[in-house]
Amino acid sequence: MQLDLRYPIGLMFGIIGLLLIGYGLLGDQSVYAVSLGVNVNLWAGLGMTAFGGLMLGGGWLSARRTSPTERP
Amino acid sequence: MHLQGIDYAIIGVYFVFVLGIGAALKRFMKTSLDFFESGRSLAAWITGLAFLSANLGAQEVIGMAASGAKYGIMTSHFYWVGAIPAMIFVGVFMMPFYYGSRAHSVPEYLRLRFDEKTRALNAVSFAVMTLFSSGISMYVMGLLFQLLLGWDINVSIFVSAIVVLVYILLGGLTSSIYNEVLQFFLIVFGFLPLVFIGLMHAGGWSGLQSRLSTVATNAGFAPGAWTQSWQHMGSPAANPMGVEWFGMAMGLGFVLSFGYWCTDFLVIQRAMAAKSMNAARRTPLLAAIPKMFFPFIVILPGMIAIALLPSSSFVVNGKLDYNMAMPLMLEKFYPPGLLGLGLTALVASFMSGMAGNVTAFNTVWTYDIYKAYLHKNAGDADYMRMGRMATVFGTLASVATAYVAMQFGNIMDLLQLVFSFINAPLFATFLLGMFWARATANGAFWGLLSGTTAAGIHYFLTGVGAAATTKLHGYPSDMAQNFWGAIWAWSACFVVTIVVSLVTKPRAAAELKGLVYSLTPKITEEGVAWYRRPVLLAIIVGALTIALNIYFW
Repeated sequence: MQLDLRYPIGLMFGIIGLLLIGYGLLGDQSVYAVSLGVNVNLWAGLGMTAFGGLMLGGGWLSARRTSPTERP
Repeated sequence: MHLQGIDYAIIGVYFVFVLGIGAALKRFMKTSLDFFESGRSLAAWITGLAFLSANLGAQEVIGMAASGAKYGIMTSHFYWVGAIPAMIFVGVFMMPFYYGSRAHSVPEYLRLRFDEKTRALNAVSFAVMTLFSSGISMYVMGLLFQLLLGWDINVSIFVSAIVVLVYILLGGLTSSIYNEVLQFFLIVFGFLPLVFIGLMHAGGWSGLQSRLSTVATNAGFAPGAWTQSWQHMGSPAANPMGVEWFGMAMGLGFVLSFGYWCTDFLVIQRAMAAKSMNAARRTPLLAAIPKMFFPFIVILPGMIAIALLPSSSFVVNGKLDYNMAMPLMLEKFYPPGLLGLGLTALVASFMSGMAGNVTAFNTVWTYDIYKAYLHKNAGDADYMRMGRMATVFGTLASVATAYVAMQFGNIMDLLQLVFSFINAPLFATFLLGMFWARATANGAFWGLLSGTTAAGIHYFLTGVGAAATTKLHGYPSDMAQNFWGAIWAWSACFVVTIVVSLVTKPRAAAELKGLVYSLTPKITEEGVAWYRRPVLLAIIVGALTIALNIYFW
């Protein structure tokens, strides 16, 4: 019995990812001169949100597999 | 450097989760086994990433970028020649003894294998080292954020100390480990975009290569000196690091890195928290996989920095300081948003560096000093209470050493030097202890002392560059002196341990079962899926690392 680390990791990166996606879409677009015009916040945010989702998914699947109804 | 709201928001989210994880783990901290050893229940991927991250302080992130700027891709030797072979060795050969002996700590293994005085020597020197390392982490972080963002150094030190203190008090080792895993992912997401952006500006790897060949020839070296890791190691004069391949391979690759990765309780503690012997053995091997790719995240930004930025950028207070490489890259190439993420990754590294040291300290204090010498048969609740008190004391002592570092900057360099004197011989002691049944306690004790003394004597008898005219022997660079000092220290310990062991009485073979290779039944890997077999993983990791060495030859 332990806290499954995948939940906090998934949640944190999901939240930060969404923040970056939001800022990337709605924020000042001129700041991307440093990245040669590429909206790196949006891309990084998408990547992190996807990663967060994977972690949360993994944690949920794992919890289902070891649910009390399946134990002998 | 100025931060926007989005940057503060990201840092804020991180702090909420760090404390939240600690709070969520509190109800699982019922016994001292939970608090100090995570109940020996963690999965290998978690202990593996923590094993890697516990070592990965911000000093490494900043220091490796600085070395990347100063020495080029040769810096990768710290990873591909230094860390990886040692991690493979400890996982395959040494973990069975650490985990199988059921010792609570590395010093306790020494007591089981040798005797009390060897344990005491290791425990006390290690405890002191962790407090100073923690304090130095705090000081360097405070200094960096004062320089970059104008944050008051005292506030940085106290806020980080309080946060670390709270989450360790609440969740023990598990809290520290979970936050280290968080730190790992933050570093990857926080710095990988920098590499992409930097390479875009530099014109890809080939563009970087041609820019760095200009850097190399301007510094008086062959064009490939910054982008080829082995070719220019025939003589110290041919490369910017000032070392030749033998001194580097033996000094760094063997003595220093094996001495650290195989004996330092800070990292070993993470492997000992694993849920089974198989998971414990796989821990360093799983850690080695991301580790071997880390040069691309931490060293490459430094190389890009020196290729793209004018050399005047690296001058701080009139002196050349390559430590500015990573912060400069963040400032110049990250928009708001990612900037906050990069800074959060730095904060996370500093804080988990502190937390790792504090958890190692509270365990060694409680088991190897308090329980061993002060209060032998107290109940479990007493040890837990002592562990929490040691956490408070350890954090306060770290803050104190941070202020000492602030007053006496040079003392810190001296202390780090002294610690390298202590670490260098350790691996000889463990090697002989684990693989030679005839090694005795007196041999180990006197070997350790001789090794450390040899390191000290070597340091005083030799010099670097121009300062060497009055000394017995001169080295072309600080690194060369460091590597060769380690070789001498290790050799002294090795020889003295053997000689003293041969003239002192060994313990009966029955007492050493499970502690020495020849007296322990071999672990079989039958019935284990192929991707969970340590030996196979070790071979894969080794082959990949050799391939990387060849590619960047």
